[in-house]
Amino acid sequence: MSGHDPKLAEVIAIDRPARQRCVEPLPGGGRCRNWAGPSGRCRIHDADPVAGTGNRSPDADADVERFVAGVLQFLRRRITGDYDVDVFGFDRQLTEQVVLPLARPLYHSYFRVRTTGMEHVPDSGGALLVANHAGALPFDAIMTKVALLDDHPAHRNLRELAADLALRLPVIGELARKTGNTLAHDDDAVRLLAGGELVGVWPEGYKGIGKRYRDRYKLARFGRGGYVRVALRARTPIIPVAIIGSEETYPIVGNVRWLARLLNLPYFPITAQFPLLGPLGLLPLPSRWLIEFGTPIPVTDYPPDAAEDPMLVLELSDRVRDTVQHMLYRNLMGRRSVFF
Amino acid sequence: VSDGWRILITGIGGGLAAGLARRLAAHEGADLVIGVDTQLPVHDLHTTRVVRADLGSQVVSTLLEQERIDTLVHLAITATPGGAAGDRKEHNVIGTMQLLAAAQRAPRLRTVILKSTTAVYGSDAGNRSMFAEDAGTHADSGYARDVVDAEGYARAFARRRDDVVLTILRFANLLGAGVDTPFSRYLAMPLIPTVLGYDPRLQLCHTDDAVEVAFQACLDTRPGIYNVAGPGVLYLSQAARIAGRPTIPVPLPLVDPAARLIRRTRMLDVPTDQLRYLSYGRVADITRLRERFGYEPRYGARATLEAFLREQGISPLVSPQRLRSWEQRTLGLVRRVTAGRGAS
Repeated sequence: MSGHDPKLAEVIAIDRPARQRCVEPLPGGGRCRNWAGPSGRCRIHDADPVAGTGNRSPDADADVERFVAGVLQFLRRRITGDYDVDVFGFDRQLTEQVVLPLARPLYHSYFRVRTTGMEHVPDSGGALLVANHAGALPFDAIMTKVALLDDHPAHRNLRELAADLALRLPVIGELARKTGNTLAHDDDAVRLLAGGELVGVWPEGYKGIGKRYRDRYKLARFGRGGYVRVALRARTPIIPVAIIGSEETYPIVGNVRWLARLLNLPYFPITAQFPLLGPLGLLPLPSRWLIEFGTPIPVTDYPPDAAEDPMLVLELSDRVRDTVQHMLYRNLMGRRSVFF
Repeated sequence: VSDGWRILITGIGGGLAAGLARRLAAHEGADLVIGVDTQLPVHDLHTTRVVRADLGSQVVSTLLEQERIDTLVHLAITATPGGAAGDRKEHNVIGTMQLLAAAQRAPRLRTVILKSTTAVYGSDAGNRSMFAEDAGTHADSGYARDVVDAEGYARAFARRRDDVVLTILRFANLLGAGVDTPFSRYLAMPLIPTVLGYDPRLQLCHTDDAVEVAFQACLDTRPGIYNVAGPGVLYLSQAARIAGRPTIPVPLPLVDPAARLIRRTRMLDVPTDQLRYLSYGRVADITRLRERFGYEPRYGARATLEAFLREQGISPLVSPQRLRSWEQRTLGLVRRVTAGRGAS
């Protein structure tokens, strides 16, 4: 959709450039659409003496050197296994230097994500982010991850709690784990939060991600409130998150139950574009997104054994759900159009 | 009359048992160290007395009583005793049962230490990321099932003999001197077959740490179950890269036939029940080892693997040093180009 060309040079970004496009005209007409550095050009056009306009500075040369050095070092470290993963399997280097740069065009050009309320997410320490879930494929989780890494001043990595299906699939499961997903299990989530991590949870689960288009932005049941138990045990705040736009990416109009059962999937969606358009139907619709991070809900006022009180857990879960629902409605009211 | 420890170690042919025997023999507190196994050990054991016997034989129960054994270290549980699966179960499960039956009548016995494995937690995508000791065991078949059964017998034994302290040590994959397991052979293969699309997290335990933990359990009373492993994890792909060995990803439907093929070449006996491990991996929580047992492992996952590679003489096809020098040369080239342009 965008003319963005994810060249290797762009994929392995070493430091994050300001979010502007390169102004360099291309030989075939049009403009280079890579992200621009401080000079107003992308790294390639900053570096290339042919494409450059002659006003290069020693800074640009130093940039090139730094960039080449970064790529070489990255490759050497990957080849020799010289990188660390945490016990949950989070591969920070792979996530920040390979996977996130691939998701960034989707974030900026395709869904044109805006964020508000980022100041509610702490710079350090654990917090549990609770968001609405929709859209057949979990783009909402990926976009929230990009938002927190790029737009949060402390560049925080989000650790998602995932369903076992996602972790069971070949390739996808491996990638999910390496990018910070972990199975939604109370003990693991508490451990992550206690370790000062930002943990993201989408408590609607399959009910949310497989919800019909007519039910968009109507929150499904928030599971059994397990995430509240986790927050109470870890004594970390709950941050309600409303994601606008995700619920229009794949308008689900039907669910083929027998096929889902056959394939052992929680749902097999018929969307507006799939399977009608074949493989092209896998492309999400380019809705314009907004992610709002709400005021944290503290849990430290509750007694330490509050997690064992099912009544309290359900009440608190309802409160969080109402908050997210309210945030969704408020933002939907202010939205001019789904796509623009 | 001396009141030093009198220790009987089963499975003395194994690397861990040999290490423990040497460690005990070097310690003044141990009066007697007897090793039992079905075959004579190849390791140097210093002063340890070695008896060749089956776990179920009269010899063992006689030893326990007549030698006034106070500490029984049962390390004879193994994934590959040689022979068919039936033999393995006979050796691991029935052997443990008979040994503990004999131990029940040993009047001076005060401590029983059982070697177990983190494999008892199973491997599955639906598993939590880290297993604490109180997580349920999940093993349907094979070696892990044997160990679950053996643990059950040991616990039943401890209930009957409440004057005996039972320590169960659940080791992660052991690597180090004298250790020869399907996993260690797997890592030493020239080409490492993996499951396509999966990359398990590996948790490793260096034998030095394993020996030290078993030794301290002999010295002091450490009742309960403990996961024993080095801190940190490595992905299998990462381990292969550190070893400098190429991997061959095998598609999931072909994994079983491939394992059978490899077994036929006699290069490696891949226990089929462990194949799931190569998809999903497994990590145990070592908080209890650190805090309650009071042991801080000296070797992390990477250090354990590197020590293993050194010992096996495995070096990468292209050494990291050479890669680094290539990197420097390329960088030098870039510098020359930019510097040359700056001068013009």
